[in-house]
Amino acid sequence: MTDFVLYDEELSALEMALGRLFHDANAKAVFLIDKNGQQIAAAGETEQFDTTSLASLTAGNVAATDGLAKLIGEREFSVLFHEGQQDHIHISIVAKRAILVVIFDDRSSLGLVRLRVKRASGELESIFETMAKKDGVRAGSPSTSSPFSEITDEDIDALFSE
Amino acid sequence: MTFINYAAKEINCKIVYYGPGLCGKTTNLQYIYNKTSPDAKGKMISLATETDRTLFFDFLPLDLGTIRGFTTRFHLYTVPGQVFYDASRKLILKGVDGVVFVADSQESRMEANVESVRNLEQNLQEHGFELKSIPYALQFNKRDLPSAVATDEMYRVLNYKREPTFEAVATDGRGVFDTLKSVAKQILIELRKK
Repeated sequence: MTDFVLYDEELSALEMALGRLFHDANAKAVFLIDKNGQQIAAAGETEQFDTTSLASLTAGNVAATDGLAKLIGEREFSVLFHEGQQDHIHISIVAKRAILVVIFDDRSSLGLVRLRVKRASGELESIFETMAKKDGVRAGSPSTSSPFSEITDEDIDALFSE
Repeated sequence: MTFINYAAKEINCKIVYYGPGLCGKTTNLQYIYNKTSPDAKGKMISLATETDRTLFFDFLPLDLGTIRGFTTRFHLYTVPGQVFYDASRKLILKGVDGVVFVADSQESRMEANVESVRNLEQNLQEHGFELKSIPYALQFNKRDLPSAVATDEMYRVLNYKREPTFEAVATDGRGVFDTLKSVAKQILIELRKK
């Protein structure tokens, strides 16, 4: 299985798209998460959230919902919405491999968030397509060697020295 | 599936603790959590029933330090061990980089251990992985119990591919970090090969 690799250029493009969504949707925070539970990028008031836990629980939530969809013969439930007393979470799948999370309160509305998420999803999908194409080119080029190819046993042991 | 973030200079890997119900998967994570300095760990999340049985998963993010300028981050997960939670177990194996199998040394649990290894093999296959090739460590837990089966016998029955095997008492930490280190090392060595 191929690893998921993220470079500066793509990260900036993703962050810009998330930043726009954050503003346009009047959200509190916006996160893009890999389906395996790793955070890819974020925008907004992210410091008030435990982003690592948020990513892992969201991925678990989406995986469980996917399982439910298959049980009843659906391909997927592409949107999840959790309504709280003050804050709400809108979760959607982007480009089949990422999860877009929008946290918002009563300064925004579900309708507005849905509308803006739809537009942002298209933008994010095209960034992911570019990433996939570039990955293909990089994989085919012998000149790009991974910085990890030179990891030594000492490097690895040093991690566990304490 | 390792997530390499060149922009943030981070490597993120996922390790799953597998094994039959009540074998000590959550106890392994709890010990690691308790013994790790606060700046190297995130919050431990346990999605458990009211009786403290794992319902979906436990999750512990660990920061091991830097390697070639990249922060190495390991996300540890446990699966629910009880047989009827198989659908949830499958979900948690998604994108796994390495597996620790926690075996219960008690004689009465040997059959459950064997069944759980078989279940792991099947569930990995559904995600396109092979137990033969994935970074893997085997832990014989609860070595302090009087009914513990001899390690030779456990090795004969449970060892799958001559994987590194560790004796452990997860409640007091014996063998816990050795097992984690072994699988983490194998994952990093895999990364070197790519």
